[in-house]
Amino acid sequence: MSVVIVDTSCANLSSVKFAIERLGVNPVISADASVIAAAERVILPGVGTAKAAMRNLQQLDLVTTLRQLQQPVLGICLGMQLLTESSEEGNVDCLGVIPTRTIAMQTTDPQQQGQPLLYPLPHMGWNTIEVNPANPLLKNLRDPAYCYFVHSFAVATDRYTLATTRYGNTSFASMIGHGNFFGAQFHPERSGKVGATILKNFMELTDADTRA
Amino acid sequence: MLAKRIIPCLDVRDGEVVKGVQFRNHEIIGAIEPLAERYAAAGADELVFYDITASSDARVVDKSWVERIARHIDIPFTVAGGISSIDQARELLAMGADKISINSPALRDPDLINTLVEEFGQQCIVIGIDSFYDAETERYLVYQFTGDESKSQRTRWQTAEWLQEVVNRGAGEIVLNCMNQDGVRKGYDIRQLQAMRALCPVPLIASGGAGCIEHFADVFQQAQVDGALAASVFHKNTVVIGELKQALSDSGIAIRPLEPGN
Repeated sequence: MSVVIVDTSCANLSSVKFAIERLGVNPVISADASVIAAAERVILPGVGTAKAAMRNLQQLDLVTTLRQLQQPVLGICLGMQLLTESSEEGNVDCLGVIPTRTIAMQTTDPQQQGQPLLYPLPHMGWNTIEVNPANPLLKNLRDPAYCYFVHSFAVATDRYTLATTRYGNTSFASMIGHGNFFGAQFHPERSGKVGATILKNFMELTDADTRA
Repeated sequence: MLAKRIIPCLDVRDGEVVKGVQFRNHEIIGAIEPLAERYAAAGADELVFYDITASSDARVVDKSWVERIARHIDIPFTVAGGISSIDQARELLAMGADKISINSPALRDPDLINTLVEEFGQQCIVIGIDSFYDAETERYLVYQFTGDESKSQRTRWQTAEWLQEVVNRGAGEIVLNCMNQDGVRKGYDIRQLQAMRALCPVPLIASGGAGCIEHFADVFQQAQVDGALAASVFHKNTVVIGELKQALSDSGIAIRPLEPGN
């Protein structure tokens, strides 16, 4: 299995690499369009801001390559948000391969200004994802499936949602998918056995799973 | 529901895990990696590695173990100690640290906070605050260089003011270490944590004072902190993480249960 982790020159590249290695696969970290296009699996990691990450992808001349990928692609955290059409974080156009949008999380009640904030942001820590058996990335998982999150922006739930997570008085899409493109808002590389199972499922996706 | 985090803290000095009482008289607990792996397997939600000598000796943290930890454990971890530049932060994050925690260098140069946030994002910048309750003036005061008793000194900041300053500069999480309680195992400083919780819109982690399971339940239920950090009770097996999590869960506190097989 050839796995490429797109070198977005962001911080969590080695964590993702180590997590794939723990599954017995040696991934390649690359920003080379031909290497990325030829891989059987592509992982798009990301931490930082959407605006900076998109600027990096443009400077690396990878936007078109990433948009045209046919093999299974997994965006992680900011990498997932980059798969959507746009992000409110810097009001930036993203890759647009999953027709949904990334918006700022809202955990305060606008009617309750001045009240102590019950739900801090960033949304940081272990939260549950609703296990939907129809999601091929969630095979072999049982409730409650806890994953590690760190983010202040999120994708609203819609028809591209593969898993939902609740925080405070809102729910958001903790996993999304469209065709061969998949995204996880949490960090599977830091989500214990649950995360390892999700990464393993990603490696084992079949053609039928990516046609949906 | 977002789970409350149980966070063992491994104080590191010269490449070994140590623990002192009220920041003094450090005793060696053991090597870093076996302890880290043991805690991850036992159900810790996150780990903090704190190089307690780095800031006061003007050295940076010895980093070789960071990559080994990142390679072997599958839960998030934070590295703290003497990080005072973008390059140092980048190196630690590149080796696999999920977050970096800044304490004394942020007090010396508050601009460091926003510079790091702009470069790496809010999610990986933690600010540690060492706060001392001065009974004479009835004030919470921020201290620095607490890793070395001879260099430890109070700053011009009161804790509430400094907390708001670092949040305004973009800090993604606060670890509030209540110095009066540190290492004495009489419980977290609930009163102070309640006061700071009300001012803190980002995740707040309680540190200092854990002695038994009830102390964790108290701090989650009474101070609404997001996580509880502790060292000696875990190192000495006074509190076993699995039992702690079961007890907290039984009290109705949102907790990530142990994964099957652990």
